[in-house]
Amino acid sequence: MLSSLRSLWMVFLKMFSKRVTIKYPEEKPYLPPRWRGRIVLTRDPDQNERCVACNLCAAACPTDCISLQATEDENGRRYPEFFRINFSRCIFCGFCEDACPTYAIQLVPDFEMGEYNRQNLVYEKDDLLINGMGKYHGYSYYEQAGVAVGVKPKGGGEHESLPVDIRTLLP
Amino acid sequence: MNQTLMQILIIAGVLLGTVTIAAGLIYVERKMLAVWQQRLGPNRVGPFGIFQVLADMVKIFFKEDWIPSFVDKKVFIIAPTIIMLSVLMSFAIVPFAPGIVVADLNIGLLFFLAMSSLGAYTIVLSGWASNNKYSLLGGVRGAAQMISYEVFMGLSLMGVVIQAGSFNMTEIVNAQQGMWFVIPQFIGFIIFLIAGVAETHRLPFDLPEAESELIAGFHSEYSGMKFGMFFVGEYLGITLVSSLITVLFFGGWLGPAFLPPIIWFLMKMFVFILFFILLRATLPRPRYDQLMSYGWKFLLPLSLLNVLVTGAIVLFNN
Amino acid sequence: MAKIYIDNKEYQVPDGKNMLEACLSLGKDLTYFCWHPAMHSVGACRQCAVTAFRDENDTKGRIVMACMLDANEGTRISIDDQKAKDFRAGNIEALMINHPHDCPVCDEGGECHLQDMTVMSGHNYRRYRFKKRTHMNQDLGPFINHEMNRCIQCYRCVRFYNDYAGGKDFGVFASAGRVYFGRSEPGTLENEFSGNLVEVCPTGVFTDKTLRKHFTRKWDLTSAPSICHQCSVGCNTLASERYGGLRRIMSRFNGDVNGYFLCDRGRFGYEYVNDEKRLTRAAQKNTTSVSDVLTSVKAHIASRPKMIGIGSPRASLESNFMLKQLVGAENFYNGIPANEHSAVNTVLHVLQHGNVRTPSLKEIETYDTVFVLGEDVTNTAPMIALGLRQTVKTLPREKAYALKIQHWNDAAIREVVQDDKGPFFIATPNTTRLEEIATSVYHGNTANLVETAKQIEAAIKSGGWSQDSDFVNQAAKALAGSKKPLIVSGTGLLSCEIIQCAANIAGVLKAASKDVGLVYSVPEANSMGMAMLGTAGSLDDAVKRTATEDNMTAVILETDVFYRTDRKSASAFLKNCNKKILLDTTENETTPEADFILPAGTFAESDGTLVNNEGRAQRYYQVFKPNNEMRSSWAWLDMLIHQSDEARPFDAIVAEMTDALAVFSKIKDLAPAANFRIGTQKIPRQTHRFSGRTSIDAAIDVHEPKPPVDADSPMSYTMEGFHGKQPSADITYFWAPGWNSVQSINKYQIEVGGPLHGGNPGVRLIEPGENGKAAFKEVYKIPKAGAVEILPLWNIFGSGELSSKSQAVAKRVPVASVVLSEQTLEKVHHKGAEQITVQGNFEVTLPIRIDNSLPADVVLLPYGANETKGFHFPFYGYIKSE
Repeated sequence: MLSSLRSLWMVFLKMFSKRVTIKYPEEKPYLPPRWRGRIVLTRDPDQNERCVACNLCAAACPTDCISLQATEDENGRRYPEFFRINFSRCIFCGFCEDACPTYAIQLVPDFEMGEYNRQNLVYEKDDLLINGMGKYHGYSYYEQAGVAVGVKPKGGGEHESLPVDIRTLLP
Repeated sequence: MNQTLMQILIIAGVLLGTVTIAAGLIYVERKMLAVWQQRLGPNRVGPFGIFQVLADMVKIFFKEDWIPSFVDKKVFIIAPTIIMLSVLMSFAIVPFAPGIVVADLNIGLLFFLAMSSLGAYTIVLSGWASNNKYSLLGGVRGAAQMISYEVFMGLSLMGVVIQAGSFNMTEIVNAQQGMWFVIPQFIGFIIFLIAGVAETHRLPFDLPEAESELIAGFHSEYSGMKFGMFFVGEYLGITLVSSLITVLFFGGWLGPAFLPPIIWFLMKMFVFILFFILLRATLPRPRYDQLMSYGWKFLLPLSLLNVLVTGAIVLFNN
Repeated sequence: MAKIYIDNKEYQVPDGKNMLEACLSLGKDLTYFCWHPAMHSVGACRQCAVTAFRDENDTKGRIVMACMLDANEGTRISIDDQKAKDFRAGNIEALMINHPHDCPVCDEGGECHLQDMTVMSGHNYRRYRFKKRTHMNQDLGPFINHEMNRCIQCYRCVRFYNDYAGGKDFGVFASAGRVYFGRSEPGTLENEFSGNLVEVCPTGVFTDKTLRKHFTRKWDLTSAPSICHQCSVGCNTLASERYGGLRRIMSRFNGDVNGYFLCDRGRFGYEYVNDEKRLTRAAQKNTTSVSDVLTSVKAHIASRPKMIGIGSPRASLESNFMLKQLVGAENFYNGIPANEHSAVNTVLHVLQHGNVRTPSLKEIETYDTVFVLGEDVTNTAPMIALGLRQTVKTLPREKAYALKIQHWNDAAIREVVQDDKGPFFIATPNTTRLEEIATSVYHGNTANLVETAKQIEAAIKSGGWSQDSDFVNQAAKALAGSKKPLIVSGTGLLSCEIIQCAANIAGVLKAASKDVGLVYSVPEANSMGMAMLGTAGSLDDAVKRTATEDNMTAVILETDVFYRTDRKSASAFLKNCNKKILLDTTENETTPEADFILPAGTFAESDGTLVNNEGRAQRYYQVFKPNNEMRSSWAWLDMLIHQSDEARPFDAIVAEMTDALAVFSKIKDLAPAANFRIGTQKIPRQTHRFSGRTSIDAAIDVHEPKPPVDADSPMSYTMEGFHGKQPSADITYFWAPGWNSVQSINKYQIEVGGPLHGGNPGVRLIEPGENGKAAFKEVYKIPKAGAVEILPLWNIFGSGELSSKSQAVAKRVPVASVVLSEQTLEKVHHKGAEQITVQGNFEVTLPIRIDNSLPADVVLLPYGANETKGFHFPFYGYIKSE
């Protein structure tokens, strides 16, 4: 009973404290540079697409709003033929960034995506690709992976020894 | 002739005034909740958002008035009108200022108790007519809650009646010329306040409609203006209980003469309305069994004791 | 049954199992790599370690490999024992030391046994900080992609490719940490079953190259149970779609038919479904407005023209039946040449009226002595050849069993068997792939083959074989001395006599109370169904009839008449018919001649039933609803018959067919009806992890379309429905919690490697009668009307009309050539020109290919090649050197 009265009093006093909300959009809140809004697709240090079309983002997406198709260049380097996200379904949960094994998907502070026509919220790869590496500088997935797709020769990656000579007789 | 015209004017004024206050409470409640929760509250429609009420009303009038196919149609339509009617009827006995009262009945208090009992029907019938398990649960809870709290609501007022020696509201106000009844009848006031909250099923006693468990309970299936009637009925209820508290415990229109009596009355009433909103902003909903045992095992004996002691003192003084 | 204890709980398991099989059959999750239910145990990977206890008082136990432990009475093990768990986690950590960081770009990712086992064993953090070993990859041809870095040395690939499928061009090289699985030189994997490496390899060393071109993860595929249309065996497949294109074919386990495996034609020959030349819209000749072709066709049918129907052995039973209903039984012709028609009918006659059982594909493996007559099964019905390759192990294995080696102990059995092979005899015109395992072979022309078969028959009958080691005596002796002899033949030489001879030999063996089997391969997926349906004759008969009758309307069902008969007859047929209504899947030579074209679905876009070479009816389901006018042929025909705008559902068609034809009565219970529900739910074609629902069509319209409704099957085209064990005929994908790879098949079987829960799907429509008799009194000698006999050369890649249109398969189609022996060449005084002309009823000039195993009077021409399209084999003629 007393604690209820005490709560009533404390809540009453909140009348005189500072408001925690602001008058958005007239006033804009401060968004830290790493604030997580919509996604972008970043590039490798060598300016190629980081996305390897592994489909993990699409699988992680709770609203199933990402779809893509993998394809390969002449070296066998895999990239998405198309990468489509339906932002009218996106809930900005960021699971896709978590799932992305190559740092290709990164979240940027942009979240103000109001449109009068829902169709304009369907973003294709061209709309999503940026020309930089985003938050993770210097990372190149194909340097780490075991496949040779024109980025490095077999055995030339980090933590890789040279290819085995299967014809050697040495123990 | 003049008498009749005056009477009609009073009726129209009370009707319009109370309904306007109730509607305005939509804005007041939202704004005050925001204030107490450190938010800004409605601020888009008009300066400080004061036309929010208008926007809400326009919205609710234009909403499709949908009657689901599985409901008991007649009862479904009648149910929300009962609360409006019964609460508005109750306002008939409230003396807003000397002479400004629709019907100065000499059993005014009893009339109020009778009308508020009728309010239980709205919940039971709407819950039943909705043909929905959540609505039914809400209706059953509502009925039990209202019947339980009715008992000591009436009993808590008996102290006032004993001291004032009358059921007539005007006489009760006049009996407080020397001292507001809140002081001798403090326990009665507390009990009436709690019962009043329960009677209007406002938070924290909104178990019949508990969103988190019963998805809005008895009015789950309602939409459009029928839902609006529940909504307005609830705010009318708050206004009614606040004005009764003012009349019964805080001397009604009585106050220093530099302000007209009606202003005194309204000021007192608004304080209690705000208190109702503060309650909503603060307290969580109790469990249903807690609510019932609190009512029957604590408040009922307390109100009986209050009647007993008041009666004893009055007898002793005589 | 044996009583065993796992983690102190008592279980009953069948005798003769190892502990790994027992654990998996009981639904336990135990990690493994090298064990495979079809190839059994070798104990190489050390991943199925469990703790074995002597008895209930033994608390210490010892680590053993479950796959090498007999599950006999009283065996007591623990899977959950901490020691065993640590061992398994440690083992996988060691295996993962060199495994590359590849999963995002690995086609196996998401259905990888290694991923599953790593998660299951609990290894989740890499502690090893040193370098990974790497390997160079090889180009293994158009089917298989090689990525050796991912290898974990389980040896399953060599065990399948070399030991099971009899491959010779693949092996394991180097030693210790350098072990390498591949070819000695980069090059195409030659074995016809190389595609199974995709499923056999527990990780991504061998992946599907055709899938790679349009890669989709397993969870994103919309799949339906299908039946392979590329030959007559009727292997069960899972066909999968995404974005409106067929993505891949995987084996769908059926313990009675193909088991775990598929041949490369079946697996990679699906790409014609995505061909640009597919017919997608109804069309009318000389009309650009195609708005209401169907109305015109219906109007034409309503005018009651004289109709002639050309059915197709590559169309479903239902489509052919509906065509028969439309045109009338007397006007319904089988769209194949006359000799193929009579050959298939002879096969059906033998199976229906004989007393010899034709075994299922799986049963073939259990026979011990084989005689192959006139059929190159490796190229006409490859999966039969895979079965036959197992038969030569049947007798030698008995030796191992006699030494008390358990049936599952593959390593030990192979030590005992070594290169020992059971009796296997082949009589064909030329060398076939199976000769590698044959005891003795005979090459001759058709007449010689018939003669040889007759001699064998006579020898068995009289018991009068000599000790001579010539082919006839050897074969007769072996067959007469065996317990379970198997006679294999087929329509490959398009000769009824060969088929009759095979039946006669089987009949003699049956009379000698042998448990004999008789297997015929027939040309196409539904050849047998067409024969059972009954037709008024072959395409040649139809051609003759149109020559005499005027004003005929031809309704041509999935038949390219230029493929099925010679150019002259085909043109005459099309010219003589007043109107041509064509229902087909792909543009071909016949399509420009048609007045009306109604686009038919292939196996991926239609429902239907096929009857395979043993008379087993099997249901296949539509995989996806294409975004165009394609429909099942039976649906078009039903709309024509009833002049309706919407076809009746599949079940109504089947009911009509089974009511009309008693031979098909069992088809009613082939698969759950369309109103079948699990609880209230349909069976989803998509996995519960299907992604992109709200995005796939968003580029066209952001409002998601209503998903298509399937009135023909109990399946939904979406992920909505019951995600659990489906009825065995309706398995849309294999998955179990923790088991994302194809190894999850274990969870769908009553016991590991055994039949599916609910029984293997498919019903046999033909069973031999006890008093049946199909012996042929008089086998006619073949007339000889030329210097050389020209026979078809079947090729697994190239002889299939549709499969050879698939890009990957097309790369494997050999150059069309005249195959003959040097002897034959000498006879015509060949001067060394590159090309040679064959002349007879048909004439063709092609490059020369020498095959000295051919008799001097036989020449082979490729069957189904563009250059020999419409040839009627066999024919007699001459060869002419330039």
